Amino acid sequence: MRTVQSSEVAKRVIAKESLFILDVRNEGAFEDWKIEGEQVRHLNVPYFDLLDGIEEIEDQLPKDEEILVVCAKEGSSIMVAEILEEAGFPVGYLSGGMKAWSEYLEPVKIADLKSGGELYQFVRLGKGCLSYMVMSGGEAAIIDATRMTDVYLDFAAQRGVKITNVLDTHLHADHISGGRQIAIATGATYWLPPKDAEEAVFEYAALEGDTFIQIGDTKIDIQALYSPGHTIGSTSFIVDDSYLMTGDILFIDSIGRPDLAGLAEDWVGDLRESLYSRYKKLSEDLIVLPAHFMIIDELNEDGSVAEKLSVLYEKNHGLNIQDEKEFRELVTDNLPPQPNAYQEIRQMNMGKIEPDEETQREMEIGPNRCAVR
Amino acid sequence: MIQSDKVLDAKGLACPMPIVKTRKMMKDMEDGQVLEVQSTDSGTTADLQAWTESAGHQYVGNVKEADVWRHFVRRAGQEDQSQKEYPVTVHNDQLLEQLQHPNAVLVDVREEAEYAFAHIPGALSIPLGQLDERMAHLSKDNKYFVVCRTGNRSDMACRKLVANGFECVTNVIPGMSEWNSETENTTGGMNK
Repeated sequence: MRTVQSSEVAKRVIAKESLFILDVRNEGAFEDWKIEGEQVRHLNVPYFDLLDGIEEIEDQLPKDEEILVVCAKEGSSIMVAEILEEAGFPVGYLSGGMKAWSEYLEPVKIADLKSGGELYQFVRLGKGCLSYMVMSGGEAAIIDATRMTDVYLDFAAQRGVKITNVLDTHLHADHISGGRQIAIATGATYWLPPKDAEEAVFEYAALEGDTFIQIGDTKIDIQALYSPGHTIGSTSFIVDDSYLMTGDILFIDSIGRPDLAGLAEDWVGDLRESLYSRYKKLSEDLIVLPAHFMIIDELNEDGSVAEKLSVLYEKNHGLNIQDEKEFRELVTDNLPPQPNAYQEIRQMNMGKIEPDEETQREMEIGPNRCAVR
Repeated sequence: MIQSDKVLDAKGLACPMPIVKTRKMMKDMEDGQVLEVQSTDSGTTADLQAWTESAGHQYVGNVKEADVWRHFVRRAGQEDQSQKEYPVTVHNDQLLEQLQHPNAVLVDVREEAEYAFAHIPGALSIPLGQLDERMAHLSKDNKYFVVCRTGNRSDMACRKLVANGFECVTNVIPGMSEWNSETENTTGGMNK
């Protein structure tokens, strides 16, 4: 039996390799979220239905391809993998289960920057979160960090860069921000839009429109652009005059939802203004780098999630609704369910509660739901 | 105190062990008995609910005390499938009105754990297994309404009561599984 790491699964998903998954979690958990990929096939049978053997599902399993057994934390998948191995199937199990998958970040290089330096995107495949590291002249900035702070700290250490600035485009409601922890660990400045952080109980630097942050000697400007709509404080960044970090305002195949702070009706106008007016004034050659992806189809060939603004104005349905009333209906009616524990996550991101790591994991369980399509 | 027939200590065990052990223990229990499963693994709740449903048992409910979940699972048995034979019945919808009668007494014959998680306010708890000995304390002048989860155990209880000389006995159908009016919970925990 092979122990398969999340990093391997991530690379196979990105390379669109064939993958057969026997997911042995209960049906509710499987329906809520699973490992997705273009060439990923699933069979969901709860482990407790396999305790007497696998005879009943044997004919649904491939014989000439490794079966990846997946459960919540790994214990049940090891048990089922043992049964499969005894029956002669080639088999592996996902180390750490869906918990590890949810926490895995795949670094993907987006570009060498004009002014020297590099831009990386960290793709959290299990949860659809995207975060970024801008590196230049021995310094680094991190944008929309997840709570897996070690990944960024290790990455920066390997590259020999010092993290000097940490930014969040908005107060996140779907995942726990690692921004503040990274700032504490490195002495970096933590930037937050003040309108989102009114209730925050910690010190932060106010990130507002027309703020310029310099990374390294080579002067990579990060310019903040106020773009409310998903939250009242939502702020976009333009990095190196070329990359537009849209946070949760604009995604590749969808747009942000305005209701996660409970104010859909109030913010729908802001959202429209940001998408249909403020972004429109920007250069169409900017590459959009969002804070999330919703479906695996949004990934490019190399695993990155990025697209030219001009292409989004052409193809993203949410940018092509001329009728204001229709737009209002799209973003206020028929919204998807709200993310798991989103209110607690907001509280945590304002520093008002500090649950232990296990509780933080539980709070983040399930799919990302920040968009409307 | 929520009553159970057996207790499984699965504290400190990670998935799949709480379910593996529950399943093994349930095999040795009698139909209708209630097992308390004590667990510290947060994943156990959803898995136990899914497993009981898949295995045809009943997930009664849970309470959380400090870091320990106490789950109550009832082994479904033959009385859950038996035919209803007792002819005098009242539908859930009419029960509250019928209980207005001054001599009306509502008897809930489910296990004490089931009763604890959700029962009709004012119901008297007499699990079916205890009915023979406890009916001696019941006055034959009262008008009895008997309820269980699906109307089968209460059907059996009605027949027992009538065979022992009770004259005014009515079975409540379909029973608590479809009861939508007010219930009381005496566990301090949640009810499924």
